[in-house]
Amino acid sequence: MTSDGRPDPDQLLARVQEEEAKAARGKLKIFFGASAGVGKTYAMLGAARRQKELGTDVVIGVVETHGRKETEALITGLERLPLCEIPYRGSVLKEFDLDAALARRPALILMDELAHSNVAGSRHPKRWQDIHDLLAAGIDVYSTVNVQHLETLNDVVSGIAGIRVWETVPDRIFDEADEVVLVDLPPDDLLQRLKEGKVYLPQQAERAIRNFFRKGNLIALRELALRRTADRVDDEMLAYRRETSVATVWQTRDALLVCIGSGTGAERLVRTGARLAGRLEAPWHAVHVHTHSSEPEVERQRIVHALELSASLGAETATLVADDPVTALVDYAREQNLSRLLVGRDHPRPWRPWYRSMADRIGQAAPDLDVIQVARNEDARAARSPSTAAPAPGNWLAYLKAAAICAVATGLATPLAGVIELTNIAMLFLLAVLIVAMRLGRGPAVASSFLAVAAFDFFFVAPRFSFAVSDAQYLMTFAVMLSVALITGQLTARYKQHADVATQREARARALYEMARDLSAALLPMQIAEACDRFLSVEFGAQAALLLTDAGDHLQVETVSAKGRSGSPPIVDEGVARWAFDHGEAAGLSTDTLPGSPLLYLPLKAPMRTRGVLAIAPRDPLRVQGPEARRQLDTFASLVAIAVERMHYVEVAQSTLLQMESESLRNSLLAAISHDLRTPLSVLVGLAESIRLTQPPPTDDQARLAGTLKEEALRMSVKVNKLLDMARLQAGKIQLNRQWQPLEEIVGSALMATAAPLAAHSVSAVLPDDLPLIEIDAVLIERVLCNLLENAAKFTPAGTHISISAAVRGSEVDVWVDDSGPGFPKGREEAIFEKFERGARESATPGVGLGLAICRAIVAAHGGSIHAENRAGGGARFVFSLPRGMPPTTAEEIVVPADGGTP
Amino acid sequence: MTEPLVTIVVVEDENNIRRFIKLALESQGFQVFEADSLQRGLIEAGTRRPDLVVLDLGLPDGDGVDFIRDLRTWSEIPVIVLSARSAETDKVAALDSGADDYLTKPFGTAELLARVRAQLRRRSRGATGTPLAEFGSIRVDLVRRTVERNGVPIHLTPIEYRLLSYLIGNPDCVLTHRQLLKNVWGPSHVEDSHYVRVYMGYLRKKVEEDPTRPKHILTEVGVGYRFIGA
Repeated sequence: MTSDGRPDPDQLLARVQEEEAKAARGKLKIFFGASAGVGKTYAMLGAARRQKELGTDVVIGVVETHGRKETEALITGLERLPLCEIPYRGSVLKEFDLDAALARRPALILMDELAHSNVAGSRHPKRWQDIHDLLAAGIDVYSTVNVQHLETLNDVVSGIAGIRVWETVPDRIFDEADEVVLVDLPPDDLLQRLKEGKVYLPQQAERAIRNFFRKGNLIALRELALRRTADRVDDEMLAYRRETSVATVWQTRDALLVCIGSGTGAERLVRTGARLAGRLEAPWHAVHVHTHSSEPEVERQRIVHALELSASLGAETATLVADDPVTALVDYAREQNLSRLLVGRDHPRPWRPWYRSMADRIGQAAPDLDVIQVARNEDARAARSPSTAAPAPGNWLAYLKAAAICAVATGLATPLAGVIELTNIAMLFLLAVLIVAMRLGRGPAVASSFLAVAAFDFFFVAPRFSFAVSDAQYLMTFAVMLSVALITGQLTARYKQHADVATQREARARALYEMARDLSAALLPMQIAEACDRFLSVEFGAQAALLLTDAGDHLQVETVSAKGRSGSPPIVDEGVARWAFDHGEAAGLSTDTLPGSPLLYLPLKAPMRTRGVLAIAPRDPLRVQGPEARRQLDTFASLVAIAVERMHYVEVAQSTLLQMESESLRNSLLAAISHDLRTPLSVLVGLAESIRLTQPPPTDDQARLAGTLKEEALRMSVKVNKLLDMARLQAGKIQLNRQWQPLEEIVGSALMATAAPLAAHSVSAVLPDDLPLIEIDAVLIERVLCNLLENAAKFTPAGTHISISAAVRGSEVDVWVDDSGPGFPKGREEAIFEKFERGARESATPGVGLGLAICRAIVAAHGGSIHAENRAGGGARFVFSLPRGMPPTTAEEIVVPADGGTP
Repeated sequence: MTEPLVTIVVVEDENNIRRFIKLALESQGFQVFEADSLQRGLIEAGTRRPDLVVLDLGLPDGDGVDFIRDLRTWSEIPVIVLSARSAETDKVAALDSGADDYLTKPFGTAELLARVRAQLRRRSRGATGTPLAEFGSIRVDLVRRTVERNGVPIHLTPIEYRLLSYLIGNPDCVLTHRQLLKNVWGPSHVEDSHYVRVYMGYLRKKVEEDPTRPKHILTEVGVGYRFIGA
C-alpha cells in the first residue's frame, strides 16, 4: 500500500502504457443526452463546424438530420462520405462505409447514433465497433448517444419508461471516451419542441413513443443522464488526482464476485454487478457453478449468455465444476481475493421451511465475506422461456425406466414371497433403487425409492395387494427402507455424477494431451494441420483450416490442408482471416467482428509474433460459443501457434547450420589459396634479399637485380592481398571483429603502414580531440585508410599535400582523405568504386582498381557509406561515414594527488 | 671464441622459406638449427638450448600456439612468430600464450634480422636492469616514479604511469590488449579492451611529439602495442 503519498509504481506504469496507447489512437468525443430531441446532433455539427473553421479535416460519416432545417443548415459545407449499399433480403440498404472512411483518413469524422446496429452483412454488427476501428486508425470521432442506450442502464430505463431498447453500447465505450459533452434540455422545453414538431418520431411507433415522452419519464431520464455524466466527471477527477498525485492513491480492492445461478434474472444480476463494480472502480468476476451433470439446453444457453454478457461488460468469467456451489464460490472468492459476493435472491419457499437461501449458506460458510442479494427480474420477458415447462422427453424416459426396474424387482420377488423372509425382499427393492440411481441419476432414484416402498407394501406386506398394514411395526420398516433407499440413491447418483465429470475431464485432458503430443512431433505444416483437424473434430465436431505466414511474415492465402482429410476443406474468407491476423484478435462466428461468418478465425499468436490464422468451421455453431469453449479454443490456438513457431525456428536453425558449414568451407578454401599464393612470394622476397648475403658478395648489378626482384615480388604480394581481400569480402557475410576504437590510433597505424608509398608526399592528419570511440573492425578500417592513402599517393604528383580529417556529423562520424591532385573526370564519382575500375582509363599508373571496391565493401559492412567528390579548390576528396553508436564509458580514474605533484 | 655462439631454432615446414631464414641468420654469425614440424621443433628446442625460436604458426602437425605453451612451461627464451596476413586472431592467441613478437609473411630478411636483434638485445639488457629509462625527449625514473620531458616534469595519472612503466619493462615486444589489461588494470578487466585504447591515447598525447604519428608507442592494429625504447 502507498502510505507515503507517492503514486504506486505499478499504477504509474499502467498509466504510461495507457497514455502511449492513447497517443496513437484517435480521440472519441461523445455528445450525450437524456432522450431523443435534446439536440445532440445539432451540438455535434456545431462543434464540427468550429473544428472545420480551425482548419481541421472534417468529414461526415453518418448524420441523421431527420429533415430538421436547423440541422441541415449546419451540414452544408461539410464533406460527406457516400454510404455503401448492402443487399439485404431482396432490397438494398444503405450503411456507413468503414473501408471508404479508413481510406479517406480524415482528421475528424462524425458518426451519429453510437448505438446503431449495422445492416447484416457489414463488417461489424455494431456502429461502436466501426468507431473502434476508426479510432485505432488514428482518426478522431464525434458521436452521439442517449442515456437509455448504455448497456448497464438499459434495464433501469426500461423499468422507468416501460420501453426496452435493443440497441445498446457497452459502458466501457462511454467510459473510455476522451470527452463526453452532456447536451441538456429541461423537460418542459423538450415537450414544447415536441409540440412544435421539432422532434423526429417514426410514424409507426408514434403512440408508444408519445407515451415515452411523459414529463415524469423525461425528468427521470434527465436525472440518469446527469448522474451518469457526474460519475464520469468523478472518474476524471480521480484520474487527475492520480496523475498529479494530489493525495494518497486510493486502493479500492472491493472486488466483486457475481454468482450466476440457474433460473431467471441472471442478466439483471450481471448488469447490477457491472454497475456496482463501475461505481466501486473495482474489478469483478462472474462465475457459474456447474453442479448438475445434465442441465437442460435452454438453461445452459442462458448461463452462457449471462457469462458472455459479463465478459462484454468487463468481468473475468469462469465456470466452476463442483458438487457444492457454496464451497466452490467461497473458495473462488478467497483465491481471487474478492470480498463481495452478489447473488440472486431466492424465491421464498414457505413449503420448505428448512430451506436456506444461497445468501444464507454463503454467509454461514464465510462470515467474513459480504453477500449482496439482488432481486430477480420478475418482469423478465426475455427470460421467460420454456425452461420452467415440463422436463425434456429424455427425462420422462428415465422415470419410466425407473418404474420398469421397480416392476422387474416386484416380478422377481413375487415367486419368492413366502419362501424367503420379507426383510430379504426389501433388500431386493433396495438393490433396484441402487441400480436406478447408478443408471438414471438423482430424480429417478428418488421416485423409485417411493415406488419401491409402495410396491413392497402393496405386494408383499400382509395384507397383500393392499396398502393397509396389519402389523404396525412394518411402518417402521417402511420408514427405514425409504430413508435407506433415499440416502443410498442420493449417494450413488452423486458418485455416478462425479465419475461422469471425471470421465469427461479425463477425455478432455487426454484429447489436449494427444493433440499436444501430435503437435510436438509435427515437423511439417501438414502434420500440424492434421493434428488440428483431429482434435477439433473430436472435441468440437468442427473442421479446421490452417493459414500460415510466408517468409516475409505475410499471411498466405492458400490453406495448409491435412492429408487424407474426409470431405472438402472449409471455405475460408480471406478478408476475415486477414483481419484476424492483422489485428491479432479473433473474428467471425460468435465474436464481435463479422459474427455472420460461418467460420471462427483465431489468430495464432506465438511468443515472437503472430504466425497465422486458424479457421474453425463447426457443424454446430453452439459448440464453439461460450467463454469456456472459447478459452479452450484459445489455449488450443496458442499451442498450435507455438508448434508453428517451433517449426519456423527449426528451419532457421537448419539454414543457419548450412550457412555456417558453407562459411567454414569457404574460409578454409580461401586460407588454402592464400597460403599457396603467399608462400612462393615469401620465398621470392626472402631469397632475393639473401643474394646479397652470399659469398663472395654480389656485384652492384647483381644486387640491383635482386632488389628489383624483391620489390616486384612485394608488389605482387600487395595485389594478391587485395584480390584475396576482395574474394573474402565477396564470398559471404563479412565477419566483423567490432571493438570500440579511437580513430586516432587507426589513422596513426595507417600512416605508418603507408609510409613508403607516401614518402614523396607531405601528409597531415587533423583529428578533433573530442572524437568519440567508434565500434569498428580496426584491421579492416585501417585497410580502408591505407587504400585511400595509397590511391592518393598513386594519382597525385610527388610533393603535393595529402590530409586526413575527421568530424562528428549527427549520428555519424565522417572521415575524409583530401589530395591536391588533378581530381577525377566528372561523372565518374560512382564508377570508380566498381571492381576493376580506374579513374582515368588510359593511365600509366599501375593497379587493377580493386582498392576502392574493397573500401566500399568494408564500409558498407560497417553500416556506413563512402563517396568521392572533387574539391572546390582542386583535388579529390574521399569521404566515408561510420555510424557513431553509443560508446561505452571508461571508469574515470580517481586521481589522487601524489607527493610532489607527480605520480 | 670469446663469446658463446647465439643459437636459434627455426621451426618452418616450407623448405625454401626455412632456407633463406637460415641463410640470413647465419650471415649474422648465429648458429641455426632447423625443424620442419612441431614435434621436431620441440625436440630441437629442448636439446639445443637455443637463445631464440623462430616459429611458423601454420605447421602441418599441430598448432603453433600449443608449441609456445609447451615451451613456456620450461623456458623464457624469446619466440618470434611467422604468420600470414589477415590472421590477427592467430597472432593474438600466439602472443597471449607467450610469443614475444611476430612477422607477417612475406617479410624481408632485414625485417627479420632487426626483430631478432631486438629480442636478443632485450634479453641481455633485462639482466642489467637500470632504474632510468630514456626515449626521445622523455626520461622516466623508475625508482622515484617521475617522468620528465626535456627536463620538465609531466604529470601522469597512476594508470598512465603503470601503463608506461609496463611498456618500458617490455620493449620491442608486441603486447596484446589482454596482456596490458591484465598487468595494468588487473585480471578482472581483461574484456574491457577499449580501456587500453583510451589510456594509450592519453599517454601518447603526453609522451609523443605527434600522437597521430607515434614513434615510441606503436599500434599493431588488431593485435596490440609495441614499445620502441630507442
